Parts: sequence; structure tokens; C-alpha cells
Amino acid sequence: MFAYYLDMALRSLKRNKVLTALMVLAIAVGIGASMTTLTVTHLLSGDPLPGRSAQIFYPQVDPDPTSGKQHQPLDMMDYRSAMDLWAAHRADRQALVTSSALRLVAPGVNRPPLMAQMLSTTADFFPMFEVPFQYGAGWTARDDADRARVVVISAALNLKLFGGANSVGRTLHLKDTDVRIIGVLAPWRPSPQFYDVAGGRFADGDTAGFYAKPEDIFAPFSSSLEINDGAFNAFTCWSPPDPGVKLQDAPCVWVALWVQLTNPAKVAGYARFIADYAAQQKALGRFVHADDTRMFSLMQWLDFNRVVPSDVTLQSWLALAFLMICLFNMVGLLLAKFLRRSGEIGVRRALGATHGAIFAQCLVEAGLIGLLGGIGGWLLTLLGLWLVRRQPVEYADLVHLDAAMFLLTFVLAIAASLLAGVLPALRASRVAPGVQLKSN
Amino acid sequence: MTLQPILAALRRHRLATVLIAMEIALACAVLCNASFLIATRWRQSQVHSGVDESSLAVLKLEGYEPAEAVDLNARVLSGLRSIPGTQSVSVINAVPFGEHAGTAGITLDAAGQHFGGVVDFYTGGPGSFQALGLQVIAGRAPQPDDYQPMHSFVPDSATVLVTRALADHLWPGANPLGRQFWVDKFHFRVGGVLADLARPDGGEGGPTTIQWSVFVPAQPGAQLSGVYLLRADPAQLPRVLRDARDAIAKIAPDAVVDVQASQTISRLRQRYFRQDRAMAGMLLGVIASLLLVTALGIVGLASFWVQQRTRSIGIRRAVGATRSDILHYFQTENFLIVTGGIALGMLLAFGLNLFLMKHYELPRLPLFYLPIGAIVLWLLGQLAVLGPALRAAAVPPVVATRSV
Repeated sequence: MFAYYLDMALRSLKRNKVLTALMVLAIAVGIGASMTTLTVTHLLSGDPLPGRSAQIFYPQVDPDPTSGKQHQPLDMMDYRSAMDLWAAHRADRQALVTSSALRLVAPGVNRPPLMAQMLSTTADFFPMFEVPFQYGAGWTARDDADRARVVVISAALNLKLFGGANSVGRTLHLKDTDVRIIGVLAPWRPSPQFYDVAGGRFADGDTAGFYAKPEDIFAPFSSSLEINDGAFNAFTCWSPPDPGVKLQDAPCVWVALWVQLTNPAKVAGYARFIADYAAQQKALGRFVHADDTRMFSLMQWLDFNRVVPSDVTLQSWLALAFLMICLFNMVGLLLAKFLRRSGEIGVRRALGATHGAIFAQCLVEAGLIGLLGGIGGWLLTLLGLWLVRRQPVEYADLVHLDAAMFLLTFVLAIAASLLAGVLPALRASRVAPGVQLKSN
Repeated sequence: MTLQPILAALRRHRLATVLIAMEIALACAVLCNASFLIATRWRQSQVHSGVDESSLAVLKLEGYEPAEAVDLNARVLSGLRSIPGTQSVSVINAVPFGEHAGTAGITLDAAGQHFGGVVDFYTGGPGSFQALGLQVIAGRAPQPDDYQPMHSFVPDSATVLVTRALADHLWPGANPLGRQFWVDKFHFRVGGVLADLARPDGGEGGPTTIQWSVFVPAQPGAQLSGVYLLRADPAQLPRVLRDARDAIAKIAPDAVVDVQASQTISRLRQRYFRQDRAMAGMLLGVIASLLLVTALGIVGLASFWVQQRTRSIGIRRAVGATRSDILHYFQTENFLIVTGGIALGMLLAFGLNLFLMKHYELPRLPLFYLPIGAIVLWLLGQLAVLGPALRAAAVPPVVATRSV
């Protein structure tokens, strides 16, 4: 029976091309707009470490002695607290993270000096965040302790300086120091750049900067403090730092600590550990507040910082409202279409078709329009995503239509038109055959 | 024309009537709020920076040692001043719409109890105040001995100029001249009031705080270096900036020019508002498509109704209705439906605005948007129904006598 209904649906669509075109266009435009914005939202709000994010945590302590009504720990830690907690090695893996910029010259490469972004971190960073390597590998805990002059470079920097070749073993001149490349990353673009996320709630929704490309250079934390001494910037300070005081001793926060904890018992244990540390520091007089330590999981931390730019979610809501309007439109046009054929429906009912048969056939017709609208919507979504890629925002190059969103386009189109077709199909199936057969 | 027969006819087609009304209601809600969003963003992009944007460019250098900063300043200032077309070169820490450099919270008392707000500090060397072209509306411009040396991000104590907006916020209704404020140990006294000076790169507190700036005259040195303000004739400015960027390779070969941040201020302003422009463009597209889709829906449904009622129209014409009577009938019917939709749409518009206010920090929708939205939708409805209504009016009376 389904093939018969499909055949009838096709005929009916061909009979009134203008009306069909109007309906397909309405659904296509609505689906195109909704799927474009939904795809962007999906790409920006996804899990940057699928399968691993539940084990990654962001501990926070409060070194700020100024009493404010906020009484929340600051988004980053000061040097002493971060080093103490990291050096205790209480988690399965732990990594310190901070960034800075410095001048880079590649000896032997004929290029002017450039300013490179450097991520200062510790050996666990690469295994903890599953960072892929193309050549070489990361450094070891020994290198952290020895303050070794080794670095890992990104795929983009490798391409820019060495044309993508295996540059392991080559030297780079960072500021005044020669460092040796021991690893080159494969192309890596987490969305968002979660290890650098901090202070998002003060950004007023303007958080596109969290989706930038990763840093060019990854260096051991201890080495980078010596290489780029004096050029690290604080995230914020609770009192203005005295000039001449090193950032390690200044009243500022600038280091983040990430830990990996593989089971809930360890999570509870680590939360107790940082609470005990804060209490101990309070007893020693360094901390004033010891009761507001906190440990968010990775996804909780991203939510807390509201990483998805507010413009993106606003556009999603607008697109969905637009889809609703297109749906209402379609309900009206389908109603017109079905009731126009009341005579034909009357004949079919008189010949023995049940209410359900008419209902099913009308739904198949609506579904077919949905399918055609889905194809149009898919093409319009590709156009919409192309337009988004041309925008000068940091996440522009992340935007593409993946398999899940492609399927969702068609599912949404067919579901929407089936939903739109229910009411008109009900009305059509209740057409009284007698009246239709008598009049013309 | 009595409304009774029209309402009776509509009651028989309840579903289609409700559909059009719902569509109009949603369209009204989205239309009012989208236009308001566009107007808000547009108004924000018209902010007065307070400086002579067309004559100014900024050059930013990085990668040099702090110990070499004084030497770098001297070399760069003398080197850039020799470029033909340059009217002045001075040292500054930031420019409007550029990267922010000195954001801090201020208090109105030395003990730090009365919080004033988070503001941006512009520290400029000699010549920078005149180059910016700021307008002083009270007090006086910085004098030569106001330029103090800096040991941190601002001098320890200075006579500064604040913007009118910031003065009204800190000391509403009072004369700001001579008043003081503090950032921890740093102490400032107001010596002048500026008409406008926009903050660099947005800032905490949202768009209402865009004018909360303080100009602090300071001596260039280790803490004030690397960012240079170039002033030239507007026609020569792009060429002067290019020459300056190229000259740095000879003047300061170990410094790296930050090409992204070294632009004319007009270009920086364009870049700062590009996201707002893109959003406004997208919203206009949404409004246009929305109106188109709604119009098409009304056309489709009205054509269907006309076709359904051909017989009754014919009968009416046969018993004496004129063409314009039929036309007015359909137009009045459409007007009633759209009015019903707009009534619901006003409530939806307010509801949507409350939602946007809570989640996207939009201001409250001004009341005059609602009548404007209503008029637009009425016009849209009337235009859309015109085609089918004219076709209905063209139905000849003889249709009543035929039985096919």
C-alpha cells in the first residue's frame, strides 16, 4: 500500500507545481536556517575530550586575602599554591598550564623574527589530554625537574617554518635561548581550547576567543619561567604588584592546574586534599579564606565560563522561531492542498477507503514534501555554513557539516512536515463522501 | 459594512483562521525584537570615540627586552618623526578600539571601601593628548609638568582627566574638578573633564560603560613603551603607517611589529564592530524571509478560500454586490484575522523581550515598536490578500446560475 500512496503523492505534487514549490521552499528555508545555527551551536558546545572529560577536573583554591562579598575562588591560582598542589602528585595525572608570548627565530630558515604563543605546561599534559603527535613525543617528568631546554611545536608552526617536514632535533631560538625540538604535534584543534578557558563569565557573551587555534610552542613549565622571565602576564591581581617583584611572588593569579582522576573515590579524595591544603595555608597565615575551595569537572568548568558565544545561541533561537513560522505556513498550505481534492477523497471513501487509509496517504504526501524540503534544506545549510566560515571569528574554520548533523537535517525536515501534516490529514480524512459525490 | 457575516464565515473555517493568526503573532514577536536588536547594535556602533579617528594610527612593537625600552622609545620616536607626512609621534599605552592595557577597579576613598567601577586608564607621553584631539569641556588639558614617571601601570600620583560619563557616574550632579579617586595605593586627582573617550576593546560592565576612561599623562619609560601613536593628514595616513612599519626593520631590527594591532584607528573601529554588523545583516535577512514566508502563506490560503467560495461569490454578485464590495469583503476579513494575530503577537513580543532581557542583557523593548510592527503586518496582510481578492472580485455573476 505504501508504494501506492507514494505514487498518488507524486501525482498530486506534479498536478499543482506552484503550490508544491511554495511548500518545499518554505520547509527548505526553515530547515536551512535552523540547521545552520544548530550545527554551529553543536560544534561549539560539544565535548572537547569525548570519553575522557568525566575524568578531568579543575581544582581551585582562594589565595585572595581581600574580603569581598563574592567570596568565590579566583579563576586561576597563584604560583605557590599551584606548585604545592602539583608537586604533591596526588592525582593520577596533573598538569600546570599558563601561556605567554615571546620572540621566535628559526636559525637556518630565512624568515624575520615572529612573536609566538608559548604554552608552559608539564609532562602529563600530552597523555592527559590525548594530544596527537606526528613526529617525536613529549618530554618526561625528568625534563621538568631538570628544566631541560626542549620544546614541542604545533603542526601549523612546523608547516610555516619547515614546510611540514620532520623537524625533530632542530633548534629554535626563543628570545635569548636555544631550544631543541623533541616533538611535532599532528593537526590538533580542540573546540573550545578548554585548557586556556578562564574568566568567561566576565566576557559578556563575547567568548569567541576561546575557540582560537592552539599555541605554537609547548615548553616545560620550569624551563619557560627562565626562558621568558618577566614576560608572563597575570590573569588578575588582588593588589597592584610592586615593580621589580617577580610574578612568582606577586599577589597575582596566573597558573591553572588540571588533574585527571579515574574514579569517584579519587575525586572525593582530591577534593578533601585541596580543602586540607587550604586549611593548612590558613593556619600558616598565607590564606584568609579556606572554606571556598572548589573542583569543577571539565564540562562544568566550560558551562561556568559560558563558553558558547551568546550571539550563537541567540541565532539558534531565532532560527527555531523561523522554523515554527514555516511550519505554520506549511500546515495552512497542506490544508488548502488536501481540501482542494475533496471530490477525489469523496470518491475514494465511497469506493471503500477507510478514514485511516486517507489519513495515511495524506501523511505520506506530507512526508514526501518533507523529504524534498530536506534536500533543499541540506543545500541551504551548506550555503549557510559557507557564509559562517567567511565570518572573521576565531571558530570560523571549525564549522563544517558532520554526519550526525547531515542525518538530523533530513530527520528534522521529515518529522516537521509529518507534524505539520497531521491536522490537515485529519480534516481530509473526515470529509463526508456523500456531500462530495453530490456537488461539483 | 457589517462584520457579522464575515465573523460567521470565519467561524466555519476556524483552523485556517487560527493558523494565519498564529503565524502573524509569531512574526510580530520576532519582527519587533529583531528590529529592536538591530537598532540597539546600530546605536552601539555609533559610539563617539572622542579622538580624531581619521588622522590617527597606532604602531605596536613586541619582543624587545624591558631593559632596552627607553632606548627603543628614543630610536623609534626619532626614526618615525623623520618619515615625510608625519605630524606627530608619541608614546601611549592603548587606543580606542585597540587592545586594552590598563583596566582596573577604582575606589572613591583611600581605604578602598567605596567601589566606583572598573575603568580603563590611558597613559600617554608628551604630545599624545594633542595628537588624540580630545575635547576638554571643563578644567584644563595636561600641562608639561603633569607628565610623571611610571613604576607600574600608572604613575603613583597624578592629575588626570576623566570623561563626562565617568564623572556623572562617580559624582552625580557635583563638580568633578578637584575630586580624587584611588586604585589601591595609586592616587588620582581630577584636573579636567573630557567630552568623550571610548575604552579600548569593550570592557567589564557592558556597553553602558563604554565611556568610562581616564587619561593619565605619564613619562615614557620601561613601563610605557612599545605602542606609538602616529598622527598624519587623513589622505597620507595609510602611506605613513606603511612607511612606519617598514622603517622599524631598520630602526629596531630585534623588535617584532604586531601587524594585527598596528592599524589606523578607523580600521580598528571597523574590526571592533564587525560582529555587530554581521549580526545586523543576519537579522535583516531573517526579517525579510519572515515577511516573505508569511506573505506567501496568506496568499496561498486566501487563494484557496476564494476558490472554495466561488459559488457564493457568484451568488452575491448576482444579487447586486459590486466588484468593490467583494474586494472590500476579503480585505476586511484579512484585516480582522491579522488584528487577532497582532493582539496575540504583542503579548508574545513582550514575552520574548523578557526572555532576551534575562539571557542576553537586552534593554526593555520601547513601546513604540509595537504599533510599528502592527502597521507593517497590516500592510503586509493587505498586500498579500490583494491578488486573491482581485481574482475574487473578477468572478462573474453568471457563476451563480451554472451548476457545474
